[in-house]
Amino acid sequence: MVTCINDALVPQTGRAVVTLLRRLGVDVDFPEGQTCCGQPMVNTGYLDEAVPVVRTFVRAFEGYDAVVTPSGSCAGCARHQHAIVARRSDDPAFVAAVEETAPKVFELSEFLVDVLGVEDVGASFPHRVTYHPTCHSLRMLGVGDRPLRLLRAVRGIDLVELPGAEQCCGFGGTFAVKNADTSVAMGADKARHVRSTGAEVLVAGDSSCLMHVGGLLSRERAGVRVMHLAEVLAAQEGT
Amino acid sequence: MPPFPEAARIALANTQLRTNLAHATATIRDKRARVVAEVDDWEELRTAGAATKDRVLLDLDTHLVRLEESLIRAGATVHWARDAEEACRIVADVAKAHHVDEVVKVKSMATQEIGLNEALAQEGISAWETDLAELIVQLGDDLPSHILVPAIHRNRAEIREIFLAGMARAGRPAPEGLDDEPAHLAEAARLHLREKFLRAEVAVSGANFAVAETGTLVVVESEGNGRMCLTLPQVLVSVVGIEKVVPTWADLDVFLQLLPRSSTGERMNPFTSTWTGVTPGDGPQEVHVVLLDNGRTRALADEVGRQALRCIRCSACLNVCPVYERTGGHAYGSVYPGPIGAILNPLLRGVGVDDQVDSLPYASSLCGACYDVCPVKIDIPSVLVDLRAQVVDAHRGGVPRPEAVAMKAAAATFRRPGLLRAAERLTRPGLAVVRRVGASAWTGARDLPPAPKESFRAWWKRTDGGRS
Ligand code: SF4
Repeated sequence: MVTCINDALVPQTGRAVVTLLRRLGVDVDFPEGQTCCGQPMVNTGYLDEAVPVVRTFVRAFEGYDAVVTPSGSCAGCARHQHAIVARRSDDPAFVAAVEETAPKVFELSEFLVDVLGVEDVGASFPHRVTYHPTCHSLRMLGVGDRPLRLLRAVRGIDLVELPGAEQCCGFGGTFAVKNADTSVAMGADKARHVRSTGAEVLVAGDSSCLMHVGGLLSRERAGVRVMHLAEVLAAQEGT
Repeated sequence: MPPFPEAARIALANTQLRTNLAHATATIRDKRARVVAEVDDWEELRTAGAATKDRVLLDLDTHLVRLEESLIRAGATVHWARDAEEACRIVADVAKAHHVDEVVKVKSMATQEIGLNEALAQEGISAWETDLAELIVQLGDDLPSHILVPAIHRNRAEIREIFLAGMARAGRPAPEGLDDEPAHLAEAARLHLREKFLRAEVAVSGANFAVAETGTLVVVESEGNGRMCLTLPQVLVSVVGIEKVVPTWADLDVFLQLLPRSSTGERMNPFTSTWTGVTPGDGPQEVHVVLLDNGRTRALADEVGRQALRCIRCSACLNVCPVYERTGGHAYGSVYPGPIGAILNPLLRGVGVDDQVDSLPYASSLCGACYDVCPVKIDIPSVLVDLRAQVVDAHRGGVPRPEAVAMKAAAATFRRPGLLRAAERLTRPGLAVVRRVGASAWTGARDLPPAPKESFRAWWKRTDGGRS
């Protein structure tokens, strides 16, 4: 599942997922009936509006073995919040369909480590990198150190620890707009910690958080790039 | 009180406040993490604490009736208060019956919630806070900013100023030549407060727990001021939220382990006081207990939100909250700030009538740190999302707000992939417009990523999924 943000704003992340999974021998498809997991509506409280979006999600992915998404946040929404939306519809068939789909949804690092059983994905990325564990990956899904285990196996990487890594970057979906000042204050602290590591690249498993922190780093002309975990894991010598 | 985003903007501009808060929350956060890590069965304790509270909430009426019977048997007078006004009236009447113009108080969230000090002041009765931090807040004509550390937003230089300027007006003046050494500040407070304890005839308290089987109230504290209030004055009035009841003494066990580690990062709190009605010749000779609803039954009726009534006011969720750390407590416009305040206020007061209350469920990035630390496992993020849905639903019908229009439009696009494809073709011009306007909430401080040449969807179609 390519998230709505990845699809429209950072399509290279989706392409990296495809490259990476194919390299590992996975048969990848992109059902064009998909749109969005519905999280923007759910987390802002628009549950009625989320009902048709979640229906579209479930319809697009029925019949697949696994749904892999490069976002802890969207995976968390599918696994924990779709059921709430479905119950709202008073449609038992929809509730059942959600119950069937939800456990098949995996965040990328979970799929690689738990389902495929790989940590070394054959990547090469000779750069100084620091990793931010996004809140929903960390707490809603509990991905633990899976992303770090994957990164440590990357050839040539210089992985440096991010101070205060577990603190929220301040994105939080519509929070970034509704409480823009607080969001920016949180993001500025995150950006400061990133700069303190001397890393060239900030890596995370959620493009939305990267867009927020990356937007601040770019405004500060910090010279730090942001990249999705999938892009680093897809990178190989000469690419 | 302005809605949260506006109040937060004011707080964010205060750099001293932000430095004080960041320092204080980080210190207490680390302390808590250290002492919690020592307990092997912490997760089991959390589960047990949550289960006990849930069990009580399920049969709240039965436990309360039992508590009332035990209290009366022990010689206390029991009052029921539906709301803040009733509760304040009961306390004022007790004070007036004893012809006093001042009372001493041990810090209590329930009495702050009902605005007791202000209500008593209107009757010509001064209520003196005896908790050190509360005293600082009161003398500084300020509002508490934290459940447990009400003066968390003040540093010691500010406290010295407050003591020098305020103590004389309230009783014994600050010692001459007072400096900002913590020990000297504490000594000044001790001298000032001792006079108050010895003089007061009526004391007011809250309670952390109320044991139904014996009618015993329990106060857990660090300074000993609570114990002074509970034992020295002749008359004691305790204002207790109805959710504080626990069935038996045995039930206290778990909470007395969970509370101090979660709140002050201590293995055990220095003072735990319990009192049961009246004991002739020892302690207060007249004890009144006010059992307070003030929205609690409303919260209880909320299927998702009722778990908030498990809260034991430890404030661990405040100390880990990245939003609270930046804005402090005042921005929440309530005595219950931080993550628990963001859900408790709307639950107690109801949504859809007050913009300030309705803004609180949105005062969170949903990072989930609060849920992880909560000793009674309140799933604050889920309650926040549920309350957001209640806020949205309360505003359905009538003229839709711009946000509702945007959400409906987004949902309409997302329900049909064809529409999304069409919309994405507009992304580049769309982004260009956003950038040119430049004043949107996003681009005020953040750049947007450069617009991609084509969406993933378009790429997949053009290249047959990357195969051509
Ligand atoms: S919600 Fe939980 S963490 Fe927050 S004050 Fe209450 S008991 Fe403590």
